[in-house]
Amino acid sequence: MDTTVVNTGAEEKTWGGGNKPLNASYGKMMMWFFIVSDALTFSGFLAAYGFSRFKFIDYWPIADEVFTHVPFVHGNYPMIYVAFMTFILIMSSVTMVLAVDAGHHMNKAKVTLYMFLTIIGGLIFVGSQAWEWATFIKGDFGAVETRGGNILQFVDAEGKRVALSDFVVAGEHERVEHESKNGLWFVDEGTLPTYTMQEVITGFESHPDLAIRTQTINEQGHKTVLSREESIKQLKANGIGIVEGANLRHNEYGTPLFADFFFFITGFHGFHVFSGVVINIIIFFNVILGTYERRGSYEMVEKVGLYWHFVDLVWVFVFTFFYLV
Amino acid sequence: MSTHADTHAHDDDHGHHHKETFVTKYIFSQDHKMIAKQYLITGTIMGVIGVIMSLMFRMQIAWPEEPNVIFEALLGKWAPDGVMDADIYLALVTIHGTIMVFFVLTAGLSGTFSNLLIPLQIGARDMASGFLNMVSYWLFFLSSVIMVISLFVEAGPAAAGWTIYPPLSALPMAQGGSGMGMTLWLVSMAIFIASSLLGSLNYIVTVINLRTKGMSMTRLPLTIWAFFITAVIGVISFPVLLSAALLLIMDRSFGTSFFLSDIFIQGEVLHYQGGSPVLFEHLFWFLGHPEVYIVILPAMGLVSEIMASNSRKPIFGYRAMIASILAIAFLSTIVWGHHMFISGMNPFLGSVFTFTTLLIAIPSAVKAFNWITTIWKGNLQLNPAMLFSIGFVSTFITGGLTGIILGDSALDINVHDTYFVIAHFHLVMGISALYGMFAGIYHWYPKMFGRMLNKNLGYLHFWVTAVCAYGVFFPMHFIGMAGLPRRYYTNSNFPLFDDLANVNVIITIFALVGGVFQLVYLYNFFSSMFFGKKTVQNPWKSTTLEWTAPVKHIHGNWEGEIPHVYRWSYDYSKPGYEEDFVPQNVPLREGEEELQH
Repeated sequence: MDTTVVNTGAEEKTWGGGNKPLNASYGKMMMWFFIVSDALTFSGFLAAYGFSRFKFIDYWPIADEVFTHVPFVHGNYPMIYVAFMTFILIMSSVTMVLAVDAGHHMNKAKVTLYMFLTIIGGLIFVGSQAWEWATFIKGDFGAVETRGGNILQFVDAEGKRVALSDFVVAGEHERVEHESKNGLWFVDEGTLPTYTMQEVITGFESHPDLAIRTQTINEQGHKTVLSREESIKQLKANGIGIVEGANLRHNEYGTPLFADFFFFITGFHGFHVFSGVVINIIIFFNVILGTYERRGSYEMVEKVGLYWHFVDLVWVFVFTFFYLV
Repeated sequence: MSTHADTHAHDDDHGHHHKETFVTKYIFSQDHKMIAKQYLITGTIMGVIGVIMSLMFRMQIAWPEEPNVIFEALLGKWAPDGVMDADIYLALVTIHGTIMVFFVLTAGLSGTFSNLLIPLQIGARDMASGFLNMVSYWLFFLSSVIMVISLFVEAGPAAAGWTIYPPLSALPMAQGGSGMGMTLWLVSMAIFIASSLLGSLNYIVTVINLRTKGMSMTRLPLTIWAFFITAVIGVISFPVLLSAALLLIMDRSFGTSFFLSDIFIQGEVLHYQGGSPVLFEHLFWFLGHPEVYIVILPAMGLVSEIMASNSRKPIFGYRAMIASILAIAFLSTIVWGHHMFISGMNPFLGSVFTFTTLLIAIPSAVKAFNWITTIWKGNLQLNPAMLFSIGFVSTFITGGLTGIILGDSALDINVHDTYFVIAHFHLVMGISALYGMFAGIYHWYPKMFGRMLNKNLGYLHFWVTAVCAYGVFFPMHFIGMAGLPRRYYTNSNFPLFDDLANVNVIITIFALVGGVFQLVYLYNFFSSMFFGKKTVQNPWKSTTLEWTAPVKHIHGNWEGEIPHVYRWSYDYSKPGYEEDFVPQNVPLREGEEELQH
C-alpha cells in the first residue's frame, strides 16, 4: 500500500481525516476548549450569585448607591468609574485585535506597539479594581447592624444618606483593639468601630430630622424609610453593632452575601486579568526578541489574544449582573 | 499520498528515535502508551485501597461493633480494641466513594484507555501535546498522593460523604474529618480537576486534528467516539465542581457565607448569614451527574468494540450508537436535579427533572438493544474480555431499570438515601464501569504489555466477580425498599431493621469473597507482565488500527508511514473475504462497496 496510490474514499471530506477540519492548530483549539471550561467556572459563580440574589430579591443593595466614587473627585457619581474601567478593558481588547492583525501581516513593530497598549490597558484595569476594592472596604456612611443581621442606614429629612460621623460624637473609649502583639494570637479581633452603639443612639436622638432606612426595597424600587418613632424603636431594640465599610463578614451596604460575591467574583476575574497581563508581558518580550519572527508565525499572540478577549467578555457579564441589573 | 508528510507536521517530531534514559522512558514519559500504563497502575493501586475500605465498612455493617483483628491492624487508633469507631466509618465511606468515582473510574478508566487507544486507533504518532499529557498524569499522581496522605491526618480524613455537602464540609470544626482531612480532600480534588482538564483538552484536539488519512468521523471505532464525548463532558462539568470547591474553600477559611446560614454551635451563633447549602447541591450535582457518564461512556465504548470483535459481526446500529452517545452527553447536563428531589425543590421543577431524566432511558436502551443484537447469532468468542462485556450489559440493564424508579420524583422520595440507591448506582455505574475496565484490560493487555493474560485465571476472575457483584448488590434493593438508610454506622439501635441483619451478613460475605478473588486478577495482571505468553501481532483478529502497530512499543507507534484508512472499523465477516475480518487499512477491492453503516 505504500507504493500504490489508493483513494481512501474520504479525501474530499472536511472531516475525512489527515487534515485539520476546523482549520486550527491543536494549540489554538486547546485554548478554545480551555475557554469553554473556564467560562463554565464563571457560569457556576454567576449562577450562584443569581441564586443568592433571588433569595434576597427584596433586600439586595442597590448598586447605584454603592459604587458612587471617582478617584480624586468628591461627590456622588454612580457607575461613572466602573464604566470607565469597562471602557478601558474593552479598548484593550481592541488593541489586542490590532496586535493579532499586525501579527498576521508579520509586522513586528506594530505587534509590539499594540501588545504594549494592551498591557497598559490591563494594568489600568487591575489598578482601578484595587482602588475600587479599597473604597468598598473603607465604606461610606457607616451603618448599624441588627440582631438578625440586617443593616440600618441613616437618612435626613430629604431622604439623603447621612454619615455616622455627621451626627455621632465619639466619647472616650476604654477598650483598645486587641492585637496579636499584646495578647495570644487567637484573641486577635477585627478593628473596633469608631463609635459605640450607645453613642449612636444618643446622637440619633439629639438630631430630630434623622430617620432610619432599612434594607427592604419598597414598591417604588427604593429602600424603605421608617418613621421617627419606629426608627428609634428599631435602633434601641435591635441594633447590636456598628458597621463601617465592608468585609467578608459585615457589610454596611446590606447583606454580607453582596460583599462576599462582590469580592469573590471580581477577585476571581481580577486574578484572570492579572494572569492575562503577566502572560501578555511574556509574549510582549518574546515579540521584541523576535521569537515569532523566527518561527514565521505570530500564532502565540493570537492564542493569548483569545484568552484576553475571553477575560473581557467575562467582565461584560460581571459588569452587567453586578452593576447594572 | 504525496501530501501526507505535510498534513502530519507531527510525524517528523516523533518518527525518529531519541536516546531514552530510564527517567524519560518510565517516569517522565511523554509517550501516550507509557502514560496509559502509568494511569492504569496508579488507578489499580487506588482501586485496591478503595476496595479494602469497602470491605472494612461492610464488615462493620454485618457484625456491628464487634472486635475484629483486621480493624485493629489497619485502623489503629480508630479501632480501639478492634471495634471500629463511628467517625472512621463515615470517613471510610467518604473516601471509598471519592477514590472509586474519581481516581479509579474516571482517571483510571478514561486516563488509561483514552491515552492508549486514541492515538493508536485514529492513526496518530502520539497525543497532540505529549508534554501536557505528561503533566496531566503527574497532576493526577499528585492528587492521589494527597488523597492518600489525608488518610493519615490526626483528626481523620474527610467524612462528609463523597458529595461533601455543607455544613459538614464547610465548618472546619463540625466534626473530626471536617478539619485538615477536608482541606486535603479539596486540595486533592482541585489538582485532580486540573489534571482532568489537561487530559480532556488533549483527547479532544487529538481526535479532531490528528486522525490519519481516510479516518473520517464515521469510520472511527466507537471507543474513540466514547472517549471524545467523555472528554467534552469533562471539560463542561468539572469546572463547575471547581467553582463549588472554590466557594467552599472561601466559606471554610475566609469567613464568607455562600453555603452557610444561621448556624449554632453549642448555643453560640456563628456569624454566617444568608447562604444556602442547597446552592452547593446544585453546583455539585451539575458536575456530579455528568460525572457518572464520564465514568460509564468509556466503558460503553470499550464494550462496543470488544463485543463486535468477539462476535465476529459488525456492531449493530453504528450511527445509532454515536447518536445515543451524543444524546446521553447532552441530556446528562440537564438532569442534575434528580439527586435533590427531597431538598425542598418545587414539585413542578421536580417533575421537569423527572422528565429529562427518564428521557435518558431512550438512548441507553438503544445502546443496550444494539449490544444484544450485535451478539445475536454471532460467532461468539467467549474469552474473559467478552464475558466482562456481556456482564457489563447485564449489570447496566439491571441498574438502569432501578434508575427509572429513582428518576421519578414521586417514587424516589420513598427510597431516597436508602440502600436501594446504593444498589442502583453501584450496578449501573460502579460495577458496570468496572466490568468495562476489566474487559478493556483483558482485551488490550497484549497491546499494553506485549503478553497475554492467563485465560483460565480470567475465567475464574469473571465468574466469581459476576456472582459476587450480584450477590452484594441485588439484596440491597430489598433492604433499601425496607427502608434501611445508607451511611449509618450501625443499624442495631433500630428494632425495625433487626430482620435485615442477616441480609447484611450475606451481602458482606459476598463482598469479602468477591474482594479476595480480585487477588487472582492482580496476580494474573502482574505476573503476566513478565511471564505471560508472548502475544502475536493481532491476537483477537480485530480490524482496528492499533493491531497494525508493532507489538514492541516504539515512540511514534508505527515504523515508517502511518497506515491510511479505507473502511469503517467493523468489517467483520464481510462477504467475499476469506478471513472473517478486514482491517481498516486494507483498501477496498475493485468493485467492493464500503458497507453502508
